[in-house]
This record gives sequence, C-alpha cells and structure tokens, in this order.
Amino acid sequence: MIYLKTHDEIELMRESNLLVSRTLAEVAKNIRVGIKTLELDAIAEAFIRKNGALPAFKGYSGFPNTLCVSVNEQVVHGIPSDYMLQEGDIVSVDCGVCKNGFYGDSAYTFLVGEVDNNVKSLLKVTKEALYKGIEQAIHGKRIGDIGNSVQEYCEKNGYSVVREMVGHGIGKHLHESPEVPNFGKKGQGIVLKEGMVIAIEPMINLGKKEIAFKRDGWTTVTVDGLPSAHFEHTVAIKKGRADILSTFDYIEEVLN
Amino acid sequence: MAKQTAIEQDGTIIEALSNAMFRVELENGHEITAHISGKMRMHYIKILPGDKVRVEMSPYDLTKGRISFRYK
Repeated sequence: MIYLKTHDEIELMRESNLLVSRTLAEVAKNIRVGIKTLELDAIAEAFIRKNGALPAFKGYSGFPNTLCVSVNEQVVHGIPSDYMLQEGDIVSVDCGVCKNGFYGDSAYTFLVGEVDNNVKSLLKVTKEALYKGIEQAIHGKRIGDIGNSVQEYCEKNGYSVVREMVGHGIGKHLHESPEVPNFGKKGQGIVLKEGMVIAIEPMINLGKKEIAFKRDGWTTVTVDGLPSAHFEHTVAIKKGRADILSTFDYIEEVLN
Repeated sequence: MAKQTAIEQDGTIIEALSNAMFRVELENGHEITAHISGKMRMHYIKILPGDKVRVEMSPYDLTKGRISFRYK
C-alpha cells in the first residue's frame, strides 16, 4: 500500500530533509585525517537534537547509532567505531532524521585527503547516476525506468550496481513501499504517481557487484575488497519534474 | 539508509500446493507462494513440507518466488 502525500505533507518532509542536508554539512566540516567515525556520529546526533528532531536510524531494527558510516570497501550500514579516517579513504555518510512525524534520508560520499583518480571518478559517476535516476522520477513513469537509467549509466562506465540493497519509499516511516532498485528494465514495476516520495540511492562498486554481510548483522562489504560509493536523495514525484527534497548544496558549500 | 531487498532468501516449505507450487515461509516471517525451478524438475528433486530451500524473488512482486535450491 503506497500512501500518497499531500502538498503540505511534502513541505514537512522537505523540512526534515533539509535538516538532514545541514547535518551532513556539519559532518563534512569535521571530516579530516585522524577523526574517529564515532566522533562524527556524536556531532551529527547533537546537531539533530539541537534542531528539535530525532535521529531516525538510532534504534531502527536495532541499529546502534545516528549515522551509517561506511569506509572504502564497506558498501552501506557501517556502524561508527574507533576507526580513524586515513589519507586516501572514501567515507559514505548516510543520515536520517524524524521531525514533525516525517522522515528525511540522504547520503553523501566524502573524500579524505588525496584519493586515487579512479576512485574519484567512481564517486563522480555515482553522483551523476543518482541525477540520471532522478530525471526519471516523474509522474507516469515506472520504477523500472529509474533503475534502468542508473544501471545503464554505471555499467557503461565499467562499474557495477549492488543488487541486495535498494532505495525505498519514505514518509511517516523510514522504509515504506515501493522498493526502488538501482537496476531493472524500462517500463517495469509500478507506475509513479504524484504524491509519492521515494529515496533513490545508487550503491555502486568499483569492482564486482557481489557484497557480503559482516558478523555484526549490519555492515556490508564488497566481496572483492574494492571501494564502493553511495549517494542518496529523497525525491517527491510531481508532474513533469522530480522535486528533490534534500540537497547537496550545504555540503558542497563546505567542501569548496 | 538503504533497504535490504528480498532477491534471494532462505525459507522453509509449509505446504505443497497444486501445480508444483509451494507455500514458503521466509526467514523474515513473510509467507509467499513459490514454484519449483525447471532445472530442479528436470532432475526430479523432490520437495516436502519442512524442507529448507533457497527462494529467488523479484523486487517488484514480493508475494511470489522461485525455488532454486533445496538444502540437504
């Protein structure tokens, strides 16, 4: 059952999502060589609570922290730890908040110091793929159209798309239907309607697509140990265009 | 946070239905109907209620599946 949001509800969700974007910008300010991923988590949690919202991931199915911090070969759902960021790492930070009863969810992959050029281009392609997917997220298209354009773009560049993890509907719950795979065939899946809000999140591997689950029950890593990138936006489906509720503007302001 | 999808999961057979279909309970508690793969039929692999099996699913339709392996 897909619940269609009204205009007012979408505006509330925009507020939640902008808070996520601002939280990620706070995290971006503090990403440097030698910082522990747990410290980033504490910064994000304090910022979210200060702004009158709740961290959405904390306690979700037993997840222990506010952020999912996934370094290098970790794909998603990395649990913050005492690991210190090192020169040449890439770190995907995924953040969610709940404000006024509505959820926001967004993720960004950061560079730590100088990173190899092939990893840099992986991040560039993943981010572009996200926007390719968002282009398809309009009233009347199908879920498969989003997945297909993401998959086609990434595979054309020689990368592979994770199959076990998918995007999702979002609203009064963190995960709602429909599921939004980053792969698929054109014209398949349910029809997108105005008022749906979905999180599109390509998880793209530099090497092979296979991933494995770690013993902690959360962290997923690539089987071949090569890096993986992850970008995520929450998007409201509208007629003629997609309305991106979260934004990378705050983050990019900090990074530049 | 990405959602874990149900592409390949393990489950237990609850009931044999007609037309080589089975009702399968997945590890996450959901119940789906699944049919047996052609390759398993070719090799006359029999499936009984209580067997542990691997089920393939499509992310678009979470109510049906395809049994691809029977664990010993």
